[in-house]
Amino acid sequence: MKEQDMVEMIDLTFSYPGEKDGAVLKEVNLEIEKGSFVAVLGHNGSGKSTLAKHMNAVLLPVGGKVYVEGIDTADADRLFEVRQRVGMAFQNPDNQIVATIVEEDVAFAPENLNLPREETAHRVETALKAVDMWEYREHSAHQLSGGQKQRVAIAGIIAMMPHCIVLDEPTAMLDPLGRTEVLNTVKKLNEEQGITIVMITHYMKEATMAQRIVVMDRGRIAMDGTPREVFSRVEELKDLGLEVPQATALVHELHKLCPALPDNVIDEQEAADAILHLFKEGAV
Amino acid sequence: MKDITLGQFFPGDSLIHRFDPRVKLIALLLYMVELFLVKTLFGFVFMAALLALAVLISRIPMKLMFRAVRPLLLLILFTSLLNLFYTKGDTLFRVWKLTATWQGLELGLFMVLRISLLVLSSSLLTYTTSPIMLTDAMERLLSPLKALHVPVGELAMMMTIALRFIPVLVEETDKIMSAQKARGADFESGGILKRAKAMVPILVPLFISAFRRADELAVAMECRCYHTDGERTRLKSMAMARRDHVLIAVMLLLIPAILFGTNRVAFSIIPKTL
Repeated sequence: MKEQDMVEMIDLTFSYPGEKDGAVLKEVNLEIEKGSFVAVLGHNGSGKSTLAKHMNAVLLPVGGKVYVEGIDTADADRLFEVRQRVGMAFQNPDNQIVATIVEEDVAFAPENLNLPREETAHRVETALKAVDMWEYREHSAHQLSGGQKQRVAIAGIIAMMPHCIVLDEPTAMLDPLGRTEVLNTVKKLNEEQGITIVMITHYMKEATMAQRIVVMDRGRIAMDGTPREVFSRVEELKDLGLEVPQATALVHELHKLCPALPDNVIDEQEAADAILHLFKEGAV
Repeated sequence: MKDITLGQFFPGDSLIHRFDPRVKLIALLLYMVELFLVKTLFGFVFMAALLALAVLISRIPMKLMFRAVRPLLLLILFTSLLNLFYTKGDTLFRVWKLTATWQGLELGLFMVLRISLLVLSSSLLTYTTSPIMLTDAMERLLSPLKALHVPVGELAMMMTIALRFIPVLVEETDKIMSAQKARGADFESGGILKRAKAMVPILVPLFISAFRRADELAVAMECRCYHTDGERTRLKSMAMARRDHVLIAVMLLLIPAILFGTNRVAFSIIPKTL
């Protein structure tokens, strides 16, 4: 059932024109279900950003096909349909905000879509409220903090009413506070509005928020599974140049000494619980 | 660097803020034309008083208004000095081989007033009108040119983006300057040539970063369905109210008021006895 998937990639191959040293993506097959929250991990140059850019036709496949809700992204006549369905946010919020004033920037996409003025105003309000930035609607964008700017950028995408948002390292340039703000917003959009989220990141902790993790390595999908499944493969992840969350790494090392410990914890709380449980059992 | 206030907007709800941006633009143009029609000190005082009234209504702090003139202080001083010494007329005083004249003093004073009022009035416009509204207004005023295949919409978008990135690039320039200073770069000493050369290590990274930003922005705009063919709606509508008609009428009436009113007031700083 092709219609069921938000994004479907079939044998996707891509190489930048003029680059001789091989393809950036090699025969990638990936399906992203509607309403899911997927994190894509991988070290620099693994092809994760390139993969993301195929999801809304910023890049077109050299080989294979990409379908967004059944629409072929290579179909030039339906380009705007694809881009409306899959919105995209990038690393640097400064380079995505087009207009000086917050509400005018959020209105940019509806204006491009030539929606009626009332509809545009309504969407701006809904989008800014969804990211908790409504009270900042008349502020200049450059006076906001990094986290606030990134939330405005996300509102600018929500205003298109996409079914899916692809975020390419949205927190890489933010301070810890801004990072939390953006992550909470993303989580809320996924849970409350059922928007499919694809988040490219290299922070392991962020990836644990997702329902599914896809690990990229040299243009191929190296691992694909729930955070618990992926993070239990500590040695493999290390071989791919990725660090597992600290709590996972700790319990993994302890597991080697004491097999009674589980080998698949993903956060501090679970690690603490597992160790506490062990003590209560009197196994140590 | 922080002094650059060009294109900065201070949101507000005053009468000046609420005028139709198209009307504000036309009013500014008329005001500028009128500044060149004024021939007497009385006229300048009158024009300055009008602007001061507008600033008061807009509630933009005076301090901010004067900050807009500061970068031009040197230019203003220089032109008025030239006027002071190079105008023929009745001698005021002599310095070395130069003769200052009463007429020169008056012309110089006019020059100071004219340039300052030009800058102040245009600053008032940008302070009280959001850049998008301003470019929108320009786009609408220039839209008849679309018939001549002038890409008015694209030009307006370019203006919007340029204004949007001024503070970003100013901040970046500051950062690069600090970084180069930390490595021992010297921007303050030496002659003009040496100082110009010292700017190269600032300009090169600035340009590279600006191009990278432009590239990212283009992709982000495409992702939000930007296209140049076809219509775009606007969040804010532009409708002229009675106040807008009144403003235009007042600005138009000023022309005869200056030509037949203030210009005939024989009030001059040049003493009658000369």
